[in-house]
Amino acid sequence: MPNTQELYDARIKRVADAVQLIEPDRIPIVPVFQAFPVYYMNKWTIQDLMKDYHKCTEVYDHLYDHFQPDLGWDPILFYPVNYMETTGINWFRWPGKHFDNSNVMYQYIEGEYMKGDEYPEAIRDMTKFMMNKWIPRSFSKLSGLAKVDFRNSMWFGHMGAFAAFSDPEVQESFKALFKAGQELMDWFIYLGEYQAHMKEKYGIPPLYAGFAYAPFDMIGDSLRGTKEILMDMYDHPDELLELIEVATDFAIQDTIAGSSGKATPYVWYWLHKGVDDFMSKAQFEKFYWPSLRRYITAVADAGLTPVIYVEGSYNHRLEYLSEVPKGKVVYDFEYIDMAAAKKALGGHSCIMGNVPAYTLSYGSKQDTIDCVKSLIDTCAPGGGYILDTGTMIDDAKPENIEAMFETVYTYGKR
Amino acid sequence: MILEELAIAVETGDMKKVQALIPQGLADGVDPQDLLDKGLLAGMAALGARFKAGEVFVPEVLIAARALNAGTVLLKDKLVAGQSVSKGKVVIATVSGDLHDIGKNLVLMMLESTGFEVIDLGVDVPVEAVVEAVRENKPDILAMSALLTTTMAFQKDIVEALKVAGLRDGLKIMIGGAPVTQDFCDNIGADSYSPDAPGAADAALALLS
Ligand code: B12
Repeated sequence: MPNTQELYDARIKRVADAVQLIEPDRIPIVPVFQAFPVYYMNKWTIQDLMKDYHKCTEVYDHLYDHFQPDLGWDPILFYPVNYMETTGINWFRWPGKHFDNSNVMYQYIEGEYMKGDEYPEAIRDMTKFMMNKWIPRSFSKLSGLAKVDFRNSMWFGHMGAFAAFSDPEVQESFKALFKAGQELMDWFIYLGEYQAHMKEKYGIPPLYAGFAYAPFDMIGDSLRGTKEILMDMYDHPDELLELIEVATDFAIQDTIAGSSGKATPYVWYWLHKGVDDFMSKAQFEKFYWPSLRRYITAVADAGLTPVIYVEGSYNHRLEYLSEVPKGKVVYDFEYIDMAAAKKALGGHSCIMGNVPAYTLSYGSKQDTIDCVKSLIDTCAPGGGYILDTGTMIDDAKPENIEAMFETVYTYGKR
Repeated sequence: MILEELAIAVETGDMKKVQALIPQGLADGVDPQDLLDKGLLAGMAALGARFKAGEVFVPEVLIAARALNAGTVLLKDKLVAGQSVSKGKVVIATVSGDLHDIGKNLVLMMLESTGFEVIDLGVDVPVEAVVEAVRENKPDILAMSALLTTTMAFQKDIVEALKVAGLRDGLKIMIGGAPVTQDFCDNIGADSYSPDAPGAADAALALLS
């Protein structure tokens, strides 16, 4: 029986081999679990975990007692309610506050936090726009930031600019920020401790060094909303492109600074709005891909490994995906023909995916085994494959998750 | 001529053009019903066909829908009730706990442009509210959308609740959404599944034929 350090090293190598297109000792398995660990243990609710993240230790230990993936989630998906309340975040609904059911996942809801006619403002001075408009609109307890403008402190103006801090609304907002900052830091420390624990007790390396988004999605998800940004391609095409460039520049800096030197090199990019249905190839080529490619390439060149988590169907995008550094990027697919993906990316980039959520939640054990075997048959030859579920896993049948792991452990061996 | 222009304006999502053409048409004495059917809806139907063929995508449908809505607003008081010939009445909803509405809205647009009258209950619609809406509106078809594995089970609950309420007979039920499959449709006792919006319109026609 290897000790946990040996297991840890073997797992790191197994995944790294797959990324570098070397056939590993067995197919790595890295499922993206969302609420599943909570439902599986069935002791605490999602509300409980969001209220007291220390309870996550028990829930994730229970998960890893039964399943040992090659990279593992720490409990980062269970956002602490205290910081959300402190800032008054408007982006989410969560159990206990908005839902009576205490055991449903919190949910992201879109808002138009930047109006269509505000592109020029955001392009000219992103920081000012974020501070005076976007933050107050996004966080109800930070409304006072609307009144702060440091640009006015130049020369004699400092008197007026700093006097804004006498305003009770401004003071309340900054107090809230101090408090939220501490709450977040305490949580980050907890997550770091859980990662160390995961390594020590199970020999499982952490899944991520950081998280990233396609620049188009940063604007679509957080500033404009899905429908709005899709129409912006017609209503504000040049401004949209310009703001994407601004966002790409700071995203690259931020990701490289924030994700380097961690235990694993994996930076997960969550892609939303470039899927087949959402735009034509011409639109993808113009609005979505160039900035994303630049972002992926810069991060890969900095020695990190982008893992591109493609939410939705990407059958018509495959031809573009090899335009990134070879053997340094992973594509994790949800709805795609994996044989076509293998054909397009084999020998170039590692692919990952895609046991359907439907099979795991509603299929039989045998359906799951068949699906995993067929994925391995299709994707494993020649290396460059990691097994994952198609979507984030919430209410899957435990026996199917078991079958998925077992099949990878046995059938996935070289 | 103006009807053709109007149709093209909708098809290309040119809202300003639509807003100019409708008053012009009304002033010229064109029948408001024609402006709607042969202008606005004809444009949407043409776009629907191109969407089905994979020539246009969601953004084009969104701007066309925006143009269409701008036009129907201007026609609202002018139309005589009951003059439209509808292919059937549909109630549509995204089920409880689910806020994804883009797919549902596409289905809605395709149904409308195919000639169905559609009542939209919106998103996050509780089981009882769907049952109530069926009781009240007596639709030919109930269409439900679910994008999450955790919410698709509500489609089943709704089918069951409709049975209990004695409303299942004579009602056709269509379901869809990314995780939904034909298999699931068969299992829960719904009548039809379709993987995309144009398919949904075809399926609706088939259900009522
Ligand atoms: C855009 C998107 C969002 C947007 C939604 C914006 C909006 N106004 O709808 C935002 C960012 C808000 C969002 C939020 C969330 N999302 Co989301 N989202 C997506 C994404 C990327 C695309 C969905 C979409 O609009 N596709 C385009 C449309 C056109 O396709 P469609 O909806 O499938 O519809 C077509 C067909 O299915 C069919 N159809 C649809 N309805 C019907 C109905 C009938 C009757 C018929 C016949 C046909 C039919 O026709 C349509 C047109 O062709 C999907 C990925 C995916 N694979 O679907 C994830 C996805 C659905 N989301 C997911 C999750 C987890 C969430 C969140 C819970 C995340 C969070 N923790 O906050 C929240 C939940 C919000 C909520 N309560 O619903 C997961 C679900 C995983 C699971 N286990 O089920 C997915 C699959 C992403 C993933 N890979 O993990 N999401």
